[in-house]
Amino acid sequence: MRSAPDADPVLLEAAGVRFGYGREPVLLDVDLRVRRGEFVALVGPNGSGKSTLLRILLGALQPDAGVVRLFGSAPDRFRERWRLGYVPQRPSLASEVPATVEEIVTSGRLSRSGWWRPLRPPDRDAVRHAIQSVGLEPLAARPVGALSGGQQQRAFIARAFASEPNLLVLDEPVAGVDAESQRRFSDSLTHLIAEHDAGVLLVSHELSAVASEVDRVIVLKGRVLFDGSPADLTREGVSLGIHREDLPLWLEGLR
Amino acid sequence: MIALWLPYPFDLPFMQRALAAGLVVGVFAPMIGTFLVQKRLSLIGDGIGHVAFAGVGAGLLLGVNPVLSALVFAVVGALGVDRLRARRKASGDVALALFFYSGIALGVVFASLGGGLNASILTYLFGQPLTVTRSEIAAIFALGAAIAIVMWTLRRVLFAVVTDEDWSRVAGLPVDAMNAVLAVLTAVAVVAAMRIVGILLIAALMVLPVATAQLLSRSFRSTLLLSVAVGVASVVVGLTASFVFDIAASGAMVLATAAVFAVVSIGKRAAPRTLRQEEHA
Repeated sequence: MRSAPDADPVLLEAAGVRFGYGREPVLLDVDLRVRRGEFVALVGPNGSGKSTLLRILLGALQPDAGVVRLFGSAPDRFRERWRLGYVPQRPSLASEVPATVEEIVTSGRLSRSGWWRPLRPPDRDAVRHAIQSVGLEPLAARPVGALSGGQQQRAFIARAFASEPNLLVLDEPVAGVDAESQRRFSDSLTHLIAEHDAGVLLVSHELSAVASEVDRVIVLKGRVLFDGSPADLTREGVSLGIHREDLPLWLEGLR
Repeated sequence: MIALWLPYPFDLPFMQRALAAGLVVGVFAPMIGTFLVQKRLSLIGDGIGHVAFAGVGAGLLLGVNPVLSALVFAVVGALGVDRLRARRKASGDVALALFFYSGIALGVVFASLGGGLNASILTYLFGQPLTVTRSEIAAIFALGAAIAIVMWTLRRVLFAVVTDEDWSRVAGLPVDAMNAVLAVLTAVAVVAAMRIVGILLIAALMVLPVATAQLLSRSFRSTLLLSVAVGVASVVVGLTASFVFDIAASGAMVLATAAVFAVVSIGKRAAPRTLRQEEHA
């Protein structure tokens, strides 16, 4: 377990965030912080506001109240987007698109290399390194649509790695993913944190694949119900493993 | 002038002119189509073509060069469709239908005001490469070169945007600008090709070569290059068939493209199972 001292720079911060669709409140006074080198898991049952909060954190939605800071800037004004790696829940890439793993991962480098510039050798090295870090180098020339769900998800994680981000945000990245891909996924996150001292915000309710890596768990259900270490969560009778009183079951009980 | 050693029927000057213009269209139409198909906008070329038809009608009515007036109408129409889609005020197909029908109706009205449909309007609707002039070839080359240079320069960011728009936005890529660039390039391509393949058939040359290439390709890059190869081959076969069988050249080119797709599609299904398994191994 890594320490996350208060002196570490805050990469992502939300304070007193409120949001509602019409009169129906979705988020109430949500506070959240991700520091450098910290692995934070944001969990909550379906309809808890996780996706809405994620959209606000990424600048796709404006909160009704509260402040969000991404690397110290308002998300919609933040320009150094390469510092943020993002893995969406369901990439919209259609299976018939004849794009290789390498082509997909290369697109992840554009925010850093400059989308208008030709790729230089360091850019190609970064792409190769990102593919290696998720264990897909033997499949780099394969069409993404021909890969398994887990392998596809690793390709999209590699796309997020390609810009060598300081903060990685992942939305339900291991949903429906095979055990081998979950292990690779966990290894690659460890690698990113160790190599780049990056922060990670993982939105999920399936944490068994990364249970040993998580520094802090935030449980959301409209408001933050818990924010602390996995050990503190365990003391409340919840483990992150796959035992009877595991997190998914506990989250279901929160509805 | 073009080399004289070209084989029959391209030893004839008018066939050489048709070939020169056709080859350029055969390159840039599938090139832009490769991006449109990934964006699920296969028919946008058709919709923009109908808006361009209004421009042709306006040009003929006002005595302005129809290519210029069509270019203005097509670019404005393409940006309009793109804005409607972006603001989600209308779904992609409804936005297309709105411009599609308004464009064709406006073209018919302009044509009626100008004395009814005439042969020159039919030339733009269905294309007539065998009568293309040197100045028209020069315009097609210029527009085609502009399209190819812009697309090749922006291919990586366009690829990112057309394959995963939501992610591209989070990554800070210029999604709206690239969508607008793609819309404008499509409009320019429609107008550049209308004299050769016709407003009503240009979308086929944008889409069918790409559909064929996707059956055989394993990467976006190879899809792009193979679709251009199919487009060029279809132009050559279509022009030859047009001369030999005395049939409409634009129709023959599109039918050649469709035939290539059918042959590849059937051939792929008929390929030995082991071969297909190796392909995916």
